[in-house]
Amino acid sequence: MRRRTLLTGIGSTALLATPHIAKAQWPGVTKDEIKIGHTIPYSGPASAYGVIGQFHTAWFKMVNETMGGIAGRKVNFITLDDGYLPPKTVEQVRRLVEQEGVSFMFSPLGTANNTAIQKYLNQKKVPQLFVATGADKWGNPKEFPWTMGWQPSYRTEAQIYAKYMRKEKPNAKLAVLYQNDDFGKDYLIGLKDALGADYAKFMVKEVSYEVTDATIDSQAVTLQSSGADVLVTAATPKFAAQMIRKVADMNWKPLHFLTNVSASVGSVIKPAGAEKAVGIITSAYIKDSTDPRWKDDPGIKTWRTFMDKWLPGADQTDGGYLAGYGVDQTLMQVFKQCGNDLSRENIMQQAANIQPHDCAVLLPGIGVNTTPTNFHPIRQMQLTKWSGSSWELFGDIIEGTGA
Amino acid sequence: MDGLLHQLISGIASGGIYASVALALVMIYQATHHVNFAQGEMAMFSTYIALTLIQAGVPYWAAFCITVPISFAMGAVIQRVLMEPLAKAPILASVGVFIGLLLMFNSVAGWIFTYTLKPFPTPFGEGKPLFGGFISRHELGSTAITLVVLLSIWAFFRFTRLGLAMRAAAFNPVSSRLVGVPVNKMLALGWGLAASIGAIAGMMVAPVIFLDPNMMAGVLLYAFAGALLGGITNPLGAVIGGFIVGIIENLGGAYVVGTELKLTTALFIIVVVLTVKPAGLFGKTVVSRV
Repeated sequence: MRRRTLLTGIGSTALLATPHIAKAQWPGVTKDEIKIGHTIPYSGPASAYGVIGQFHTAWFKMVNETMGGIAGRKVNFITLDDGYLPPKTVEQVRRLVEQEGVSFMFSPLGTANNTAIQKYLNQKKVPQLFVATGADKWGNPKEFPWTMGWQPSYRTEAQIYAKYMRKEKPNAKLAVLYQNDDFGKDYLIGLKDALGADYAKFMVKEVSYEVTDATIDSQAVTLQSSGADVLVTAATPKFAAQMIRKVADMNWKPLHFLTNVSASVGSVIKPAGAEKAVGIITSAYIKDSTDPRWKDDPGIKTWRTFMDKWLPGADQTDGGYLAGYGVDQTLMQVFKQCGNDLSRENIMQQAANIQPHDCAVLLPGIGVNTTPTNFHPIRQMQLTKWSGSSWELFGDIIEGTGA
Repeated sequence: MDGLLHQLISGIASGGIYASVALALVMIYQATHHVNFAQGEMAMFSTYIALTLIQAGVPYWAAFCITVPISFAMGAVIQRVLMEPLAKAPILASVGVFIGLLLMFNSVAGWIFTYTLKPFPTPFGEGKPLFGGFISRHELGSTAITLVVLLSIWAFFRFTRLGLAMRAAAFNPVSSRLVGVPVNKMLALGWGLAASIGAIAGMMVAPVIFLDPNMMAGVLLYAFAGALLGGITNPLGAVIGGFIVGIIENLGGAYVVGTELKLTTALFIIVVVLTVKPAGLFGKTVVSRV
């Protein structure tokens, strides 16, 4: 009897308390708030990516102040530093999911970092939306129905290079330098996708390097000695810069495709020597804010207006702000499709059926769309060639062969 | 055949990089009987100092001559402030400090100079590569500098009283103190010299592999291998060891085991050498009385 009284007591206290605590309609969503989680390195070696986190923060501030939030709810955007360390990402994401109770994880950054949280989020059925990495594995709805990428994957990129090579140089002798990890191997897989049975016919030499290597000179010599006339360099900035210089120093003049991970003018092309990189081809899907051709582009103008107002003083030549803008537009589209149902299930379902929308900063002709069986939102790119002073877009938009 | 020759020469060029850093490791070992894991990061930091000076308009060789004494002071101060209180502590405490220094230098460099890759100028001229494109002017010049440094170290330890005193201080601190060698000063001097040699190595390496806070991570591994292979007590041995590691790494990677096992091969050879000849190929076996 006494026990029953006690229970009733607790029950009535809870009842009394309810009006004060906003009732959760769905996980992470109340009548007037939606909590969104995010991780990115604000410190450590990859802290340059932190600007993307600053962009998202400014974006949601704008959404709250000028658009009245999402479906009448203020966005509580919680972004935490993971220092680019996967164990730290796991810790922060657990905190976001279990303590803060976020509705979903939006665009966490880093391949290893997302890999570390993917199983956990899928078990918990928490959406891991539009991850900021180019690995191909994020588009695997069968095994990981709660995870989705955004940018074109490395594999798609490699498919595009192979398609172009096959058209321009049907008798090409292909050589590849790749980093011996998921990132580098995605390029080999992409080339195989696009060349199919002819892969063995084209490929004369695949050479890997380890991130612990001091130089890739030896690999460069091996590749040149193979007699190849087309080179694909799937290397991170330091090794890409070394490769560009070495290829020029060896007086080797292959048709050189360079991963767009290492297309940065400031940290790859300039250190390697702008004149040594002339003719190198890479690919792009986002407009370059420093390219004069987009000076009067409405998309870039909208973006600049946003930047001036909400991130005054930020360096507008930093590509991170453009990527942030693009992925935020896609998220807004998902919210638009969700309407008033902000359950995790509905968010994921809408993300898996993204309707065409204007991302503003994507190159003209590049679209974003998904289906329940295709979790690769962006699959098209355009080739761009280093002229000696800037990257110049050429040719049509090319679509990867699809996952 | 052309390929083989090219691989060999490019191996010698990489070997030159390892040899120059190996020299700094030998120096610190000769002076303190410790191996400083932060040697590479200190060298990287010195290189940033040089780059800052050059960007401020100081001519290359002037920047070079300023950076070396600054690095000397940095090394000596670290010994005085951090290592001296640990003089009687167990070796593990020193190892802890070395690792701490490594992380500190790395993060501070990233914080001050950012993690963006930076080109570092070469004093030997950009120009066309020499000998049919096999070797760049810089590779030739930096190998020459490494040999000059080697010669100076060898002469210093061999012919000067100071060098002898330093060796004594490291080898047997107690006896040295009894015969009047200021052991603490010798240790600080050793740290300073090692940091200076590291600075020179950093400035020679950076034009080849580009400057960023993680520049030395890979190099130090191979330099360590080279130093152990040649004998960490012998500067000449360490330099030869560095070159051997560079050549083995390149030829092995290209023709024998493939690029994935390059580092493994180098380390395997070291294990074999150390098992058969623990002092290294050119090291002196030291017998000490307990």
